[in-house]
Amino acid sequence: MHVVVAAPAKVDPMYQFTIEPLWGTQDWTLAGYNIAFTNSALWMMVAAVLLWVFMLGGMKRQLVPGRWQMAVESFTGFIDGMLEANIGKGGRKYLPYVFSLFMFILFANLLGLMPLGVVGVHPFTFTSHFTVTGVLALISFSIVLIVGFAKHGLKFFSLFVPHGTPLPMVPIIFPIELISFLVRPFSLALRLFVAMMAGHLLLKVLSSFVIDGGNAGPLWGGVVALPAFVLMVGISALEILVAGIQAYVFALLTSLYISDAENLH
Amino acid sequence: MPQIAQLSETFASQAFWLLIFFGLVYLVVGRGMLPRILDTVDQRDQQIAGDLLAAHNAREEAQAQERDWRQREAAARERARDIVAAAKADGAAQTAARLAEVQATLDTRLDEAEQSIATARQQALGELERVAAEASRDIVRRLTGAEVAEDEARMAVERVMQRG
Repeated sequence: MHVVVAAPAKVDPMYQFTIEPLWGTQDWTLAGYNIAFTNSALWMMVAAVLLWVFMLGGMKRQLVPGRWQMAVESFTGFIDGMLEANIGKGGRKYLPYVFSLFMFILFANLLGLMPLGVVGVHPFTFTSHFTVTGVLALISFSIVLIVGFAKHGLKFFSLFVPHGTPLPMVPIIFPIELISFLVRPFSLALRLFVAMMAGHLLLKVLSSFVIDGGNAGPLWGGVVALPAFVLMVGISALEILVAGIQAYVFALLTSLYISDAENLH
Repeated sequence: MPQIAQLSETFASQAFWLLIFFGLVYLVVGRGMLPRILDTVDQRDQQIAGDLLAAHNAREEAQAQERDWRQREAAARERARDIVAAAKADGAAQTAARLAEVQATLDTRLDEAEQSIATARQQALGELERVAAEASRDIVRRLTGAEVAEDEARMAVERVMQRG
């Protein structure tokens, strides 16, 4: 058996996205489908519990809020203001959904960036899976369809004919608008999934540079590892920003789409 | 790429647990906690708006009361000035009346005194005539031994006194 002092780090940047069933639940099934409790499901639970704990701090209902209550109220006020601005007076009935969506995605994104690997816990960013973002996008899209048809009936199809379209143009415009409408859930899901995956991938690749460069001695450590490490610090900060922005974009687009269904032009 | 490589074996589990946990978040956080937090914020906004309105009203009230008070004070000043003026006029009138009264009393007393002086003088003069007449008769009797009638002596004295 030979001893390797400085083994090259065999980093597979995609390995972090692997889903693994936990605690021998891989055989759980429901109606023929496998519903194993995976690391992905575990971090969904963690995000949900943390969100619940965070919201508990806002339930003190004091007239003069403390710091925590103020933080919770600023989040609710932020989403409330966004819905008010985009949908109008009728926006408040979608607030529970859009707020849950925003906070859940935000907590998921931020949790995935937590440096918990230091203590041996590896956070799993479930928003980097399009199965997850796809389901969320489909829920948003379903709400748009249900609201649109329930509120306007078949007149909802007039959404695909923009105001002031000349009559001869309608047969051309209609399919284009319809396709762009149908693409919405995919763009919604892919945007979040790609942004989260790309950021984590980049961090992982840079971290492999840091490890390999560091192992290759002072020269390569100084030329490769150190700049890569500095870059990682910067990109980590950027990723925190992206985590917030992507959650915001998802919630914003959802509210814009709901606004289309609610107000129809 | 595990997202694609594991798609068929994990999509059901992913969707299932996402629906469970996101559903819980929606029900507990979105439906349960959020309305109460918004309620608190609304209540606070209302309270602040109410307090501001109350403060505004109180200020208006205070200003109105101050205006009112100023008017009343001005009126009171006016009345006080009137009362002082009236009191002054009254006092002056009373003084004048009293002075006039005193003056009248003094005048009457003066008149009386003058009159009594005149009477006394008259009396004294009468007395003097009588004494002079008596003295003349006495002198005439002693010198001549003739008896002069009292009326004659008096008329003679009167003639002399009028001349002298």
